[in-house]
Amino acid sequence: MTSTNRRQLLRIAGAAAIAAGFGATAAQAETDKIRIGYAISKTGPYAGGAGITTLPNYQLWVKDVNAAGGIKLGDKKLPVEIVEYDDRSSSEEAVKAIERLANQDKVDFILSPWGTGLNLAVGPTLNKLGYPHLAVTSVTDKAPELAKRWANATFWLGTSAQISNGLAELLGKLKSEGKIGGTVAMVSVADQFGIELAAAGREAFKKAGLTVAYDKTYPMGSQDLQPLLKDAIAANADAFIAFSYPPDTIGLTEQAQLLKYNPKVFYVGVGTAFPLFKGKFAANSDGVMGIGGWNADSPPLKDYLARHKAATGQEPDRWASSITYASLQVLQQAIEKVGKVDRAAVAKEIREGSFDTIIGKVKLKDGLLQEVWSVGQWQNGEFYALAPASLPGARAAVVPKPEWK
Amino acid sequence: MLLFDILLPGLVLGGMYALIALGLTLQYGVARIMNLSYGESLVAAAFGTLSLYSGLKLSPLLALVLAIPAAALLNWLLYRLLLQRLIRRSKDRGAQEVDSILVTFGVLFVIQGVMLVAFGGQYYSYSYLSIPVTVLGSTLAVNRLVALAFAALIGTAVYLALTRTRLGTAVRAVAVDPNAAQLVGIDVGQLAGLAFAFGGGLVAAGGVLVSMFLTFNASMGVVFTMKALVVVIMGGVGNVMGALVAGLLLGVVETAVARLVDPGLTLAATFALFLAVLLIRPTGLFGKAAS
Repeated sequence: MTSTNRRQLLRIAGAAAIAAGFGATAAQAETDKIRIGYAISKTGPYAGGAGITTLPNYQLWVKDVNAAGGIKLGDKKLPVEIVEYDDRSSSEEAVKAIERLANQDKVDFILSPWGTGLNLAVGPTLNKLGYPHLAVTSVTDKAPELAKRWANATFWLGTSAQISNGLAELLGKLKSEGKIGGTVAMVSVADQFGIELAAAGREAFKKAGLTVAYDKTYPMGSQDLQPLLKDAIAANADAFIAFSYPPDTIGLTEQAQLLKYNPKVFYVGVGTAFPLFKGKFAANSDGVMGIGGWNADSPPLKDYLARHKAATGQEPDRWASSITYASLQVLQQAIEKVGKVDRAAVAKEIREGSFDTIIGKVKLKDGLLQEVWSVGQWQNGEFYALAPASLPGARAAVVPKPEWK
Repeated sequence: MLLFDILLPGLVLGGMYALIALGLTLQYGVARIMNLSYGESLVAAAFGTLSLYSGLKLSPLLALVLAIPAAALLNWLLYRLLLQRLIRRSKDRGAQEVDSILVTFGVLFVIQGVMLVAFGGQYYSYSYLSIPVTVLGSTLAVNRLVALAFAALIGTAVYLALTRTRLGTAVRAVAVDPNAAQLVGIDVGQLAGLAFAFGGGLVAAGGVLVSMFLTFNASMGVVFTMKALVVVIMGGVGNVMGALVAGLLLGVVETAVARLVDPGLTLAATFALFLAVLLIRPTGLFGKAAS
């Protein structure tokens, strides 16, 4: 009964949105604007991630593009107009919203939802409808295979293996330098993200000559992670690794401080790169490692940080935010190079072209962004990228992590 | 010692579960309103505390003093202006429950919408009383201990008030049979409103205390509603002591399973326990047989 009621509410909301859409479609005949649509999680469990990483960058980009006069098509500049839906963190709603954007609102381009699950869910639909799919916030080992299957899709955060390999490579190097011993305690959240990273991690750690002394998963939404930490402490490992989600990342870090658990390497998952992490833990964030990182000394990124703060009132996260913005710059430049709203040609250009963005020169390989940071570390209030060390701007790790204050 | 290391953190976790369930057991059991916006009210109180703490540097424990009467008043108004009409209109308990679910479902969206507009969808978290104390060799956080103490205190106080005072007896009479209660001169509407308002105050207390150690966002309400519902039904609807015991039991079982078996199975253990209670005592641990 509850679900019917929800659906009815949504139908009303949908009808209103469609009605609003029609007005705009009529005006579109003269192509005096480029209409871009997206469905994003404004409510539900994904709203937290979407509200930090994805939505502010969509808003910032639209503001920046329109302030510059719009996207250049041929010899005139067309402003961007947005059609927005809430997918309510549900795959079903996300797919429906994408179909509505394409068939009823007839938007020119569609931006992607937040998260691996929703991006994989809308992938087939965007492919069928022929819209370029910039799957930025998705981390999956299936990315290379999917990019092969969906010519319209591109993946921007690397694969689970890439992230785990980057971490293993860093830990292996620290071990060979004698900075840490060879044991690792690993916990991971029991959903696709945690399972894939932990699986890739086990293999990568072994290859790097590290032993996994403690290896457990926990259910999503666990409200007390102290038992895990106590057993991890008992395992007496030099590196603590958690492939965790934001509430757990915060919870684990807080509990580790309470328990005075000071391993030489303390690495937590999604959320470490959020401004919230620095805001909450202040000086205690120093030395904590996590997924992501960015080259904070780069001038375009410094400028981006300032613009992001001014436009949205909040700082970007230090992992996927700048990449999300860069992917939109790529979309814009690809549209401008093609010179018309030809979605197949734009998708092809995104894959094959090379672009100037805030994260530097972007040239995808087989539909995947290759230059992705996998490990970052809070150093003096900034989340610097550490690994892979081969990328320009990589910093040296501070090990052992300073003790909790 | 492993026993204390399981028992104490388990009780602390369970205290939080009990805390978030106390209000619901009053609202659902006594006022007979299945309040679906329960979790949202809790998160709203958490946001309120955060704003007071970060904006005015007001301690969350002071916020508690403000939040309980404010929330009780709001809930009383909600009951008086919205819910009482439904109750007068509905013919039997079934119809009343359906109506109250529909209305509070709407209230859920209103509260959530306001929070989304004011705070956006991001996660929020702050630190307060995040200080370790060692009890019997087990390290616990002061903020979680405060939540446990508050749950135990409120739970016991409300239990005593319900069983030992005249007002409490009248409230229980309403819970058992509203029609018969009217026959002996109890103002049912007034008392149910009071129970609903007081339940609302307890939700706010839960929200304030939980915000000291959990990371939350505007969409998280349903997590708390679900957990509270499990605890309330396990303890016996309307039974405050039942909610307290069921909450503590859940916490200890989850922690024991995490330490002794596998942390991945805590959720499974929760539902196994829930199922077992429902199979053996369908009306809950402390519930009376269905009348």
